Amino acid sequence: MQLNDLWFILIGVLFTGFFFLEGFDYGVGILLPFIAKNDTERRVVINSIGPVWDANEVWLLTAGGAMFAAFPHWYATMFSGFYLPLFLILLALIVRGVAFEFRSKMEDARWRKTWDYAIFIGSLLPAILFGVAFANIVRGLAIDDSMTYVGTFFDLLNPYSLVGGFVTFAIFTLHGALFLELKTDGVIRERAKAITRPAWIATLVLIVVFVGFSFIDTNMFEDINIIQIVALVVTVGALVFAGFNLFRAKFGLAFIANGLVIVGVVVLLFSSLFPNVMPSSLDPAFSLTVYNASSTQYTLSIMTVVAFIFVPIVLMYQGWTYWVFRKRVTLNSHLEY
Amino acid sequence: MEALDLARLQFGVTTVYHFFFVPLTLGLSVLVAIMHTQWVRTGDESYKKMTKFWGKLFLINFAMGVVTGIVQEFQFGMNWSEYSRFVGDIFGAPLAVEALMAFFLESTFLGLWIFGWDKLPKGLHLASIWLAAIGTNISAFWILAANSFMQNPVGYTVVDGRATMTDFGALITNPNVLHQYPHVVLGGFTTAAFFVMGISAYHLIRKHKKSQEEVLIFKRSFNLAMAVGFVAVLGTMFAGHMQGQHMADYQPMKLAAAEGLWEDEDPAGLSMFQIGDEANRESVVNVRIPSLLSFLTYDTPDGMVRGLNSLNAEYQTQFADKFNQAYAEQYGLDAIDYIPPAIWLTYWSFRAMVGAGMLMFLLILVGAWFRLRGTLPNRNFYLAVMVFAIFLPYLANSTGWMLTEFGRQPWIVFGEMRVEEAISPNVGIPELWITLITFTLVYGVLMVADIWLLWKYGSAGIEPTQPAQPTPEMVADGKLAVNY
Ligand code: HDD
Ligand code: HEM
Ligand code: HEM
Repeated sequence: MQLNDLWFILIGVLFTGFFFLEGFDYGVGILLPFIAKNDTERRVVINSIGPVWDANEVWLLTAGGAMFAAFPHWYATMFSGFYLPLFLILLALIVRGVAFEFRSKMEDARWRKTWDYAIFIGSLLPAILFGVAFANIVRGLAIDDSMTYVGTFFDLLNPYSLVGGFVTFAIFTLHGALFLELKTDGVIRERAKAITRPAWIATLVLIVVFVGFSFIDTNMFEDINIIQIVALVVTVGALVFAGFNLFRAKFGLAFIANGLVIVGVVVLLFSSLFPNVMPSSLDPAFSLTVYNASSTQYTLSIMTVVAFIFVPIVLMYQGWTYWVFRKRVTLNSHLEY
Repeated sequence: MEALDLARLQFGVTTVYHFFFVPLTLGLSVLVAIMHTQWVRTGDESYKKMTKFWGKLFLINFAMGVVTGIVQEFQFGMNWSEYSRFVGDIFGAPLAVEALMAFFLESTFLGLWIFGWDKLPKGLHLASIWLAAIGTNISAFWILAANSFMQNPVGYTVVDGRATMTDFGALITNPNVLHQYPHVVLGGFTTAAFFVMGISAYHLIRKHKKSQEEVLIFKRSFNLAMAVGFVAVLGTMFAGHMQGQHMADYQPMKLAAAEGLWEDEDPAGLSMFQIGDEANRESVVNVRIPSLLSFLTYDTPDGMVRGLNSLNAEYQTQFADKFNQAYAEQYGLDAIDYIPPAIWLTYWSFRAMVGAGMLMFLLILVGAWFRLRGTLPNRNFYLAVMVFAIFLPYLANSTGWMLTEFGRQPWIVFGEMRVEEAISPNVGIPELWITLITFTLVYGVLMVADIWLLWKYGSAGIEPTQPAQPTPEMVADGKLAVNY
């Protein structure tokens, strides 16, 4: 295997880590106004992700940095092409991050309400927009011979990519509800539980629609490969397994299964792209691939060494964090503000 | 305004803003870690209160640093896509390493520290804040290594119009970063020291209304910060001096811009006050100390310091292969010119930074004198000055970067790429305006909220008791009973 291929996979892994971890953070943020009815309850919901949300977000920064290092053209084309959507994501992440720290710093109902909205919107927007972005990449964009996106903002809001946005929105909401079911207790847990089922149904429907739409609107399945088939089977299988466990009230298994759905979707998207990283809809010859968009072998090999040393270390201490905070957060636990 | 100006303005605004928070994080994380260590070592509860007090201010600041940093990470691709393509092979690596090595460390262990007070064993909990502080200070190295490549590119060759890395070791031992890193990090410690001294001074002025314990805590804070500040300011100034000498070798144009020196001079005098005429490229009024610039640059009373005009002429010939008439026409330039824009800005930025640095050093010396005589807590005038002195390191940090970045212009990568080639060709003026205005507004509002919260918690002092736990009854009727 070439280093280019390896880095394509590694970037997929980083995005999977990001969607898996930040996925439930976004879900929790989206559910915050619906699940928590008073101030203490809101604090409990926020504290369920309090110790970890920042480190989860670093998965995005790492994915972005790795993209820059390994596939500079991918980074440049994607980030300049998705200019306004990314700008919205940035705004969302700004207000959301600040809100976690600022909301409790004043005993004023309006102040807190404002920041709670910031958490909600700040979680909702990226949850949708990342789906929109990736669906657009898979569908192909108007990229010219200088690797520059020449379409408009509104070209990005096509029906297919919007469905993609709803898919990520639904998966993350389900992920967040399951997470809250596992991490809290009492009324909050009950409300989270009640949301898991409709969220699961929505996810199922949307994924089916998305896959169907992909057949019609994209050439995702044109020359189908074995990885795509496996990913599709895993995604659907995991989703069904999640539903099965929901109805048996085995939420831990359902959470893991939904995590597998996220893995499946990312693998499906990435394996459909390969060897492209950003297909051009103007002319296949203009597409960015893992070869023409990449850094030199020298840089890739340095980055490989760094990644193979640090990714396992990060996984170890981050995993340990989840173990430290494994207890449910309840209304009676000591709430750190 | 043209797209280039807007993109530059946006980068300047968002980055200077990010760097309001960065230096305090760099220094205060370590100060808080030291306080926490004192508590663990001595078991003295007032050290714990001290840790929590400064820790809270640290976290408010940290949150702002994090969210504004995310913007930075994405901006290169959004506004500077051609730049990203040109340097990606080199520039992306330190950014990725920074995230893997530093951002994960600081964010994970800070989360553990904030929420770990009664979940982690004491030793591990203490280790968390140290690891977060170390992560923060590692992150500074990687981003500065990236920045140093723009100032002084090393370890690369240009292949097919793209810079490609040939020597990673050279990239991270770039003489530029070896000078810049100590200067910036020690500047961060200076910032934290003045922040802690200023707020402690505010409370010491009001000592008659405070409990004995609170006065003790702020005295200790002041003393700790003064000791750290003394070393940090001195170190910053020394490193800065080395940077100036280094600049004469690697970026003489920047040195000339910092001095407003239009013509070559030997021996060169140090300008104390100047009114320049940038249109005619000469100075009108210039008050100088003879030979001092040569001395500062070369440690001898004479030695040639190059001027803007002669360097410009030299570069025009040196880089004529690529940056010629055809290039000028392509980018709509009147002429190919290498003199940084706004010499007045680099000139006065340099003086503001150095002036602030010397003033801070003086203030610390005065404080140390009072402390030795044991009269520090009664020197209300001095203490009041120290409250306002919080602003000095911020001035020095911002002007320092303005000098560094404006002085690099019109290069984006020195000697290789000019700034007009670097912007994203597909990002239009309307988009740039939308993002520039929105970022500025949002940042403005957040700045108000941030300063207000820092003020609220900084001036509130230390509570005698810990906030109470909510009882189940309070929770049941949803009352806000807790002091958040
Ligand atoms: C000298 C130090 C320094 C400099 C020049 C910069 N930063 Fe910074 N950055 C830090 C030092 C730092 C830090 C001290 O590590 C921060 C600041 C406060 C904080 O929370 O971490 C941080 C936060 C921070 C974050 C959030 C990390 C997280 O989520 O924990 C990102 C993505 C960046 N920065 C990226 C950048 C980029 C792309 C820069 C270049 C323009 C930049 N920073 C300049
Ligand atoms: C955090 C401290 C920093 C501050 C305060 C700062 C400040 C500035 C300012 C004021 C400008 C505008 C200059 C002009 O347009 O004339 C600028 C431009 C720029 N800086 Fe920095 N900078 C910082 C760090 C960095 C770092 C670490 C990098 C790269 C790793 C960097 C890369 C750039 C780029 C790409 C531009 C835009 C192109 C240009 O105008 O040259 N800066 N910066
Ligand atoms: C008298 C003392 C000082 C001298 C002689 C000095 C010198 C310098 C020089 C020459 C540069 C430009 C480096 C380059 O672009 O190559 C610089 C940049 C800078 N200075 Fe200072 N400085 C002094 C004090 C300070 C203080 C007290 C602070 C902050 C508390 C500070 C913060 C900065 C920062 C943040 C930069 C930009 C980053 C960099 O390029 O290092 N400086 N300084």
